[in-house]
Amino acid sequence: MKHIKLIVSLFAVVIVGIILFNCSGSGESASAEDAAKRTYVKPGSYDEFYAFMSGGFNGQLSVYGLPSGRMFKNISVFSQNPETGYGYSEETKGMLMTSYGFIPWDDAHHPVLSKTNGEQDGRWIFINGNNTPRVARIDLSTFETAEIIEIPNSAGNHGSPFLTENTEYVVASTRFSLPIPNKDVPIASYKENFKGTVSFISVDNKSGDMKVAFQILVPGLNYDLAHAGKGPSHGWAFFTSYNSEQANALLEINASQNDKDFIAAVNWKKAEEYVKAGKAQKVSAEYYNNLYNEETHSAESKKMNDVLVLDPKNCPGMIYYIPTPKSPHGVDVDPSGEYIVAGGKLSTVIPVHSFEKMIKAIEEKKFDGEFGGIPILKYDAVVAGEVENPGLGPLHTEFDGKGYAYTSAFLSSEIVKWKIGTWEVVDRIPTYYSIGHLMIPGGDSRKPHGKYVVALNKITKDRYLPTGPEITQSAQLYDISGDKMQLLLDFPTIGEPHYAQAIPADLLMKNSKKIYPIENNKNKYAVRGEKDARVERNGNEVHVYISATRSHFKPDNIEGVRVGDKVYWHVTNLEQDWDIPHGFTVKGLNNSELLVMPGQTKTIVWTPTKAGIYPFYCTDFCSALHQEMQGYVRVSDAGSSVKLSFN
Amino acid sequence: MREVLLSCLLINVREEIPGEEMKNLSKWLMIIAAVILWGAFLFPIWNIDLRAPQYPEGLGLRIWVNQITGQKEGDLNLINNLNHYIGMKTIHPESIPELKVMPYIIVIFSVLGIAFGLFNRKWLKAFWLVLLLLVLSYGLYDYYLWGYDYGHNLNPKAPIKIPGMTYQPPLLGTKQLLNMNAKSVPGIGTYIITFSILLAATSTYLDFKKEKKN
Repeated sequence: MKHIKLIVSLFAVVIVGIILFNCSGSGESASAEDAAKRTYVKPGSYDEFYAFMSGGFNGQLSVYGLPSGRMFKNISVFSQNPETGYGYSEETKGMLMTSYGFIPWDDAHHPVLSKTNGEQDGRWIFINGNNTPRVARIDLSTFETAEIIEIPNSAGNHGSPFLTENTEYVVASTRFSLPIPNKDVPIASYKENFKGTVSFISVDNKSGDMKVAFQILVPGLNYDLAHAGKGPSHGWAFFTSYNSEQANALLEINASQNDKDFIAAVNWKKAEEYVKAGKAQKVSAEYYNNLYNEETHSAESKKMNDVLVLDPKNCPGMIYYIPTPKSPHGVDVDPSGEYIVAGGKLSTVIPVHSFEKMIKAIEEKKFDGEFGGIPILKYDAVVAGEVENPGLGPLHTEFDGKGYAYTSAFLSSEIVKWKIGTWEVVDRIPTYYSIGHLMIPGGDSRKPHGKYVVALNKITKDRYLPTGPEITQSAQLYDISGDKMQLLLDFPTIGEPHYAQAIPADLLMKNSKKIYPIENNKNKYAVRGEKDARVERNGNEVHVYISATRSHFKPDNIEGVRVGDKVYWHVTNLEQDWDIPHGFTVKGLNNSELLVMPGQTKTIVWTPTKAGIYPFYCTDFCSALHQEMQGYVRVSDAGSSVKLSFN
Repeated sequence: MREVLLSCLLINVREEIPGEEMKNLSKWLMIIAAVILWGAFLFPIWNIDLRAPQYPEGLGLRIWVNQITGQKEGDLNLINNLNHYIGMKTIHPESIPELKVMPYIIVIFSVLGIAFGLFNRKWLKAFWLVLLLLVLSYGLYDYYLWGYDYGHNLNPKAPIKIPGMTYQPPLLGTKQLLNMNAKSVPGIGTYIITFSILLAATSTYLDFKKEKKN
């Protein structure tokens, strides 16, 4: 017995040891007790803000409410959407035309709301397509894509679509440098042959129509992000770049060697003068400009053939490089327009440049050599301060309008709040997990609505019920109205919520359209009443001019269609009532369905391959007799003598 | 810790145990001590746990007498992959000679321990104990050297370079390495070895105590 006691007590000693070694606590921040109350939007009530979140690789833009985190709409931008027919219908296919042909997808990163005097005006929101360089403009009265313009001489349109103070220009820069014009050269000839461009796309103040006004040819680097100046710095735009090593392979190592890379500061007012003075060269370049006409409900694709290019060599004083530590990512201009904040993603500090000092340094020629013919300003002559201990992997900064800046730190997965002027960190809060962009409503404008900050996270891990290897994407809402940031809400998003912008709801909701007036419908194939409904044959093309209204199609019995015909279903929704869309599909439709808004016309093409009877029906539950909203089309063999008829 | 340990030993041995029975006890304690050394093969001897905001589920390395594995499947690859950002060498267990030698050491000590237990000679046992403690101390030192090498000999071309920053994991305890909180603690294997040492030490102690009495 005693022996057992001895062994047991020795064992006990070991156990105590195990416990002593393994007890080291870890802190967890507590969330606000009344978080639920502060994010609760009573049934039937409205959210305070609209938030527009990019879908990243889904190529779309989705609309949410804040503070509830409820999702309202997924706007089709760069990707086809079989739910509505976007990119499938004859009217919208043209929106996705590029010089590379029809491209059904893109990688959409940065939604940016239009501005007047540096403040949100609620007219449009712009978003970039990274892969096949494009910029889209979305109309905020219809929440539909109104225009897509391709950017020539570009690859990886990441530093885009940031706007000048009055939406004079959308700026864009090339993430990937390329031979310009593109040509077949050895990749290793990067330093010799590859160039970047920064583009200025003008926006018509009334119609919003975009045009590539001019491009500036810049040394071959990776241009990353951008922001235009405001207030005193209006007239300038800032572009971060990395890979000043000019590596063309294994960039994660080879582009991370230099202590400093560059922010390109571009005096675009000066560039405009050079263009006016005829200094720009007209270069041939093929690209598309696709404009959606709200009255014809159709896209018009225009092929453009040339673009104006400015070479800094011939344009002194137009562009400077500001040295900035370690592969800067975001470049953000504070509401006053004086401070330019760089997110040096591999840097241990956040450098903040001063616009005033920059102008002085240019005047006094405080240069530190040049790079590719562009003068490099002296870092010390431009920097206003450095934020110490800003978290690991600082990426992006937004502002609350009360003198504070909020920076996302990817690696340490936190938001860091610091004071403009003293550069002191005053608060920090974890995000779950790996925050990329962050967003304060109006946080990039001259008038931020500094009540919330939204974290746009890259990793979700254990925050939600798991759904297999692919789990939800996520954003988080924090209250920043007090001294301390407080986490209020996690909410799932679709696609990667890469960047977002938010705007007070009352700025938009009053402009939101309810229907498209049928009398303004100028679609060539529209029917303005049931009396116009008909079917016409033109060779092997059959055009069905079909109307939809509760709860029937006109016509709903069609005969005389033959195998080998190309059938165009031109569906017009005759309703003029809010929230009564009709859907349309036919059995075996090897294309998408259509979702047609009141007063709208959409066309889908169907090529039947076998004789027989094919039902068609309304897919959007429209009325009590929705299930009765149906019809039949009879398809006969190719040589059949069945006459074309309809009721 | 040491106080707890000593008091436990003293409480138990203060009680009177008859001579012959004591001899038997000391013999069996030694044999058990030697046999349970085999248990060191069943569990890791050292654990390195990494915690980072992005890894709420944890991430870690398990060092066994004959291998290095992840805390979970795939962790080793993941850690090797993450470490390339700071320029740390990758860990290839198959190229670490210590992992080939350690199993033999355990087996030799176990066999010797059983033999010495059967002989039940106090000086042999004491020799065994001292040798094992020396070998273990060297092992710990060797482990420190590996950690030093991994933490300091960094690829100068690493994407993330922070002046003055090294990434040596702590020998024992926790240390913040950038966004990773590294915790290094003995594994169950080491506790088994410790238990074995305690049993052997008790056995030897009883022998010496008995001699003193006689």
